[in-house]
Amino acid sequence: MDNKTVELLEILEKNGRIPIETLAKMLDLKVEEIERKIKTLEEKNIILSYSAVVDWSKAIEDEKVTAVIDVKVTPKRGVGFNEVAERIYRFPEVKAVYLMSGTYDLSVHIEGKTMAQIARFVAEKLSTIDSVISTTTHFMLKKYKHDGVIFEPKKEDKRIVVSP
Amino acid sequence: MKTSTMKRSYLSETAKKLKPSGIRKFFDLASQMEGVISLGVGEPDFVTPWHVCEASLDSLERGYTGYTSNAGLLELRTEIVKYLQGKFNLTYDAEDEVIVTVGASQAIDVALRAILDSGDEVLVVEPCFVAYSASVSLAGGVPVAVPTSAESEFKLLPEQLEQKITEKTKAIILCFPNNPTGTTMSEQELDNVADIVKKHDLLVLTDEIYAELSYNEEHVSIARFNGMKERTIYISGFSKAFAMTGWRLGYAAGPAEIIQAMLKIHQYTIMCAPTMAQYGALEALKTGMDDVNEMVKSYRQRRNFLVKSFQEIGLDCHLPGGAFYVFPSIKKTGLTSEQFAERLLHEEKVAVVPGNVFGEGGEGHIRCSYATSLSELQEAMNRIGRFTRKYAV
Repeated sequence: MDNKTVELLEILEKNGRIPIETLAKMLDLKVEEIERKIKTLEEKNIILSYSAVVDWSKAIEDEKVTAVIDVKVTPKRGVGFNEVAERIYRFPEVKAVYLMSGTYDLSVHIEGKTMAQIARFVAEKLSTIDSVISTTTHFMLKKYKHDGVIFEPKKEDKRIVVSP
Repeated sequence: MKTSTMKRSYLSETAKKLKPSGIRKFFDLASQMEGVISLGVGEPDFVTPWHVCEASLDSLERGYTGYTSNAGLLELRTEIVKYLQGKFNLTYDAEDEVIVTVGASQAIDVALRAILDSGDEVLVVEPCFVAYSASVSLAGGVPVAVPTSAESEFKLLPEQLEQKITEKTKAIILCFPNNPTGTTMSEQELDNVADIVKKHDLLVLTDEIYAELSYNEEHVSIARFNGMKERTIYISGFSKAFAMTGWRLGYAAGPAEIIQAMLKIHQYTIMCAPTMAQYGALEALKTGMDDVNEMVKSYRQRRNFLVKSFQEIGLDCHLPGGAFYVFPSIKKTGLTSEQFAERLLHEEKVAVVPGNVFGEGGEGHIRCSYATSLSELQEAMNRIGRFTRKYAV
């Protein structure tokens, strides 16, 4: 992949809403070239989706509850952890699944409306899967930084307005 | 009734004659207004990388709160030497050819005081950083402007230089990549300048504080050419590349005789640069290049955006090879650079610096810093576009 395409990805990863015209100026390419590059990146599943990082605590009164669950599983012959991971990530409330090294195997991130809803998911859906040996649920209390974005950034520019 | 017993002014003639910086005047105007988007800032919008701050804090915790040697921590000087060798192919001895100063500004001041006698002329390539001429005057010298022009993208042409050399000329101050124009000089172009410098037996003060911020080609220092090391005082610092402006840490490297003379002045006036800042700088040089590269990438993207946006609204703007400034011409508006900057500030609340404050050749231009977020740059360009349309550009 050429340098400009990598640069394009880096910019879009930080901010997916920058207009094509601005991207073209920043990278010294034609608008059509940027469009073509983005289309190719999407087709190749390199760009998977465009999303906003939302601070839901400010947007709605009923906060979402987020939990990270450490899951120990018995890997199955031939398919390893993939099969059980696949079963887990199909649930819509599951936002992310990672295979981990260390004391547990899968890190499952889920979102629900209430703690009770998450408890029900763990008890009824997750723990009942054959390969799952144990779960440990951690509730997130506050988001400080997510996906590289600081939630309460200090925006004050301490520099003087005009300087040498 | 009180009567003054003072019969004379106590100010020195030098202090009286010193002109206040044109930037200062504009700062006073801009700082009284609310909601201004500033392209007038001459410092990075990034904060110092945390690991650098942490190294400095750590030095305090470990009790390194006393003086360092006058020339600066030997460990830091050694790291500076390694950096200059690895990056720009310049060879210096950490023991007696490098001194750590309070910003590049102090290095310039001490260098001029070390080399100038009263009446010596120093060539100052304009447009340039506002402090050069003043520093020459303060050191008893006579600044002589060598104007460059937009037609040659503000590069220093050998013939422009030669025209200004007299018997009194002792040195020339260079700054590439340049503040305010962003202009860089190629290897060949610098070599041509070096030939003239050698021919007339001049010294060079080369302020290469923006060297890391070179976007088109590898930065070349004039100190690198044959016969130039012994007549060049290389000056740089940590402010721009590592986003460390407030740390006030710079350095000078050059022939031992000159550096040792600078050291005498430095030790009588400053003693040494702040110790904790030196530990921060050491960390920056050792492990900070990834931070620099990230910042440079971002600056390059913003430079491209700003230059193309100026061209799109119809103002001539060359693509600068370095620093974080663009220097578009505003001649098409029929305004002087001061009028343009003042009206833009009042009518659209965008602060830029009028080009005339940087000396001859700067008139008809404005300096816009792109050390500002992309969203601010986008909004600033919308406003500048609206402003210039009023003047039928």
